[in-house]
Amino acid sequence: MENNIVLTMRDISKTFPGVKALQHVDFTLRKGEIHALMGENGAGKSTLIKVLTGVHDFESGEIRIDGGEGAVVNRSPQDAQNMGISTVYQEVNLCPNLSVAENLFIGREPRKAGMIDWRTMNRKSAGILKDLNIDVSATQNLEECSIANQQMIAIARAVDMRCKVLILDEPTSSLDDDEVEKLFTLMKKLKNEGVGIIFVTHFLEQVYAVCDRITVLRNGELVGEYAIKDLPRVMLVAKMMGKDFDDLADIKNMDGEKDYRNAETVIDAKGIGRKGTIKPFNLKIRKGEVIGLSGLLGSGRSELVRAIYGADKPDSGTMEVHGKPVKINSPIDAMKKGMAYLPEDRKRDGIIADLSVRENIIIALQAKRGMFKPMSRKEMEEAADKYIKLLQIKTASRETPIKSLSGGNQQKVIIGRWLLTNPEYLILDEPTRGIDIGTKTEIQKLVLDLADQGMTVTFISSEIEEMLRTCSRMAILRDGKKVGELEGSELSQDGIMKAIAGGEHENE
Amino acid sequence: MRMNKSFDIKRITGMRLFMPIVCLLAVLLINVITTPGFFKISVNNGVLYGYIIDVINRASELVVLAVGMTLVTAASGGQDISVGAVMAVAAAICCQILSGGDVSTNAFQNPFVLAAIVSLLGAALCGAFNGFLVARLNIQPMVATLILFTAGRGIAQLITKGQITYVRVESYKLLGGYIGKCPIPTPIFAAVIVIGIIHFILKKTALGLYIESVGINATASRLVGLNSTMIKFLTYVICGFMAGIAGLIASSRIYSADANNIGLNLEMDAILAVALGGNVLGGGKFSLMGSVIGAYTIQALTTTLYAMNVSADQLPVYKAIVVVVIVTLQSPVFKKAVANLKIKRSTKKLAAEGGNQ
Repeated sequence: MENNIVLTMRDISKTFPGVKALQHVDFTLRKGEIHALMGENGAGKSTLIKVLTGVHDFESGEIRIDGGEGAVVNRSPQDAQNMGISTVYQEVNLCPNLSVAENLFIGREPRKAGMIDWRTMNRKSAGILKDLNIDVSATQNLEECSIANQQMIAIARAVDMRCKVLILDEPTSSLDDDEVEKLFTLMKKLKNEGVGIIFVTHFLEQVYAVCDRITVLRNGELVGEYAIKDLPRVMLVAKMMGKDFDDLADIKNMDGEKDYRNAETVIDAKGIGRKGTIKPFNLKIRKGEVIGLSGLLGSGRSELVRAIYGADKPDSGTMEVHGKPVKINSPIDAMKKGMAYLPEDRKRDGIIADLSVRENIIIALQAKRGMFKPMSRKEMEEAADKYIKLLQIKTASRETPIKSLSGGNQQKVIIGRWLLTNPEYLILDEPTRGIDIGTKTEIQKLVLDLADQGMTVTFISSEIEEMLRTCSRMAILRDGKKVGELEGSELSQDGIMKAIAGGEHENE
Repeated sequence: MRMNKSFDIKRITGMRLFMPIVCLLAVLLINVITTPGFFKISVNNGVLYGYIIDVINRASELVVLAVGMTLVTAASGGQDISVGAVMAVAAAICCQILSGGDVSTNAFQNPFVLAAIVSLLGAALCGAFNGFLVARLNIQPMVATLILFTAGRGIAQLITKGQITYVRVESYKLLGGYIGKCPIPTPIFAAVIVIGIIHFILKKTALGLYIESVGINATASRLVGLNSTMIKFLTYVICGFMAGIAGLIASSRIYSADANNIGLNLEMDAILAVALGGNVLGGGKFSLMGSVIGAYTIQALTTTLYAMNVSADQLPVYKAIVVVVIVTLQSPVFKKAVANLKIKRSTKKLAAEGGNQ
């Protein structure tokens, strides 16, 4: 046995009611390595992490830490922390109403005579933040920080606890490139200090940018462990999907040349804006086109569509749908005009966690119909079955609570929910975030299919490549303002980057 | 065959109403042991008589309150603690109208229907006030309803001018007593009708799904087109209305409006009924029948304790003990432990079967 091993998991099995989440999975982490844990949604990555950190218990297998004697069983995340295992989750798990310093030291506050020593705590926090180059004040409330900074603070907290094993579960999904770069610098620094890092992500580039080793899971089973140089990207994807690589490049916006300029205008927003979130903008959206909204995190992409959909009531401007002026005060108004909106934050704004897949699918249509026209049980079941089949949603049954589905499948349920309302205009805000490649591909294909059938789509994504594949036109946003539109030959990675960064496309 | 049987048992124990029913049966079992004549029903003076009838009769107000409380809990994730006081308000309005403003009356001064409608509207208005505070102003339910919890009895006193208003009219006693020669107490019918109507509404409209959806995730519910504020508000109005009905029944029993005692401490029993029914007090999915069973469980318990000669002031102690046991049985931790035990057993069984093959 190599003696630089910091963590081994052997033969781990875990069953949820009706699902074998993990079957005889092995995992080994060495000192000073960054080890990617890869797999599609539902492959068992999260479950493995949760078993390791004591969130879930497991039926068989053993965990050894630092080659120490005897198997360890972590009963709670606190146990795991004491063993030197720290986790930073995809969703930031900190207290938004406490200060940054309190979040960094919660549960282990420096004390003086039994009381919390605030001064030391704030001073130490400031030091940590400075070390890691995080530009926030130790005393401000966490909720005042951007999501990206919150994520960095979560990592800072984990790092400061002198962990032997650092687990990063999708830490980059809400970070922009600069912040990712900063995070990578930090990860490499920790690696050199001998920390073993488990890195869960869906971004392939990032895996190849920082990782030393990859463990691939599929359907709760171990596919294998590989050194990064032995596993080219295409192979990795093939291993994850268990089939030959369905090349993403195959999806191309075939009708890129199609001219939508003469198509009927579906949505015409004139000077729509909302103080503090999105400056007044004009936007014409034509039938059958996929229009992308591009910009950095916080540039107002989501805010723009939320204003159109009535999720945040705009305080200026007018809207026309099919040339007729409409007043949209709340989402139901927008729905009645044929709109549908898949929100960015699936967990907070999308799923209704305790309701079943069936109820989550039919809820929008039911809301649209009104309280006094309830759908019959049969109608609901047919609708649910139809979309479970159409979108290939992996669920034990249609009565399973949506919260027990994997992220990608939850997203498909939400998409099914909106397709069921038969919308004319579909807004998708980051539909592929935190979702595996297989599902990503499916969603992109679906968007193009829907547009082909005449549906109008607005697509928001942080991944420019994804936007290039799906969009026929793109609106660029910067600092809460729509700064331009790109079409046809202007649609290229370079063009978009330039427009986002500012410069020549400044035409408003 | 054996597989079939175990499958059935699993299905039954997995049902949401399983634990509430077990609790009710357990309390009834204790009843039978301590009071052998518990289930004996006799006919005295042409009406049914016996412990069990008494339990079902006395539980009526609680059942009605529990129905309203269930909806409020599910939609807003909080409880309406003003229902007891609202009962007193409704009773005060009703008696005051019937007595024409006098302290005591021997004949209706105004039609009963008018008094009933006005008092129910008054109760619904109290509910609307609570609903406005909770749904529109986003005040925590406990805090919002604390206002009427404290002020409600004062309002009732104001209406009755600080007196206990008596309505000494035989027909006023119908709601809390017996109608004609019917041997079954009227409150039982009232409770059954209320359950029936609310059940019918939940079944025939999408209100039940809306309430659950809003209770689980109000933000997401709004984005799928539900008016979360309106739905929460509506549940409080319904809850106030239910408190009004309970108030009328309670008032009819004593043919008076006793602002200080009608519905006293009943809000806590109503909340308990919701909890005993297996409903999560944090909102979301709910079971109306669970709460109803919970309400009967509480009343059965109270009656048992009285039958065992426990004095009224010691009652809460014994009640608390039983409640601790029941709530523990239904707690997620306990349920999880049982589930784990089952999984372990089934994996063992699987392993054994695998070995046989």
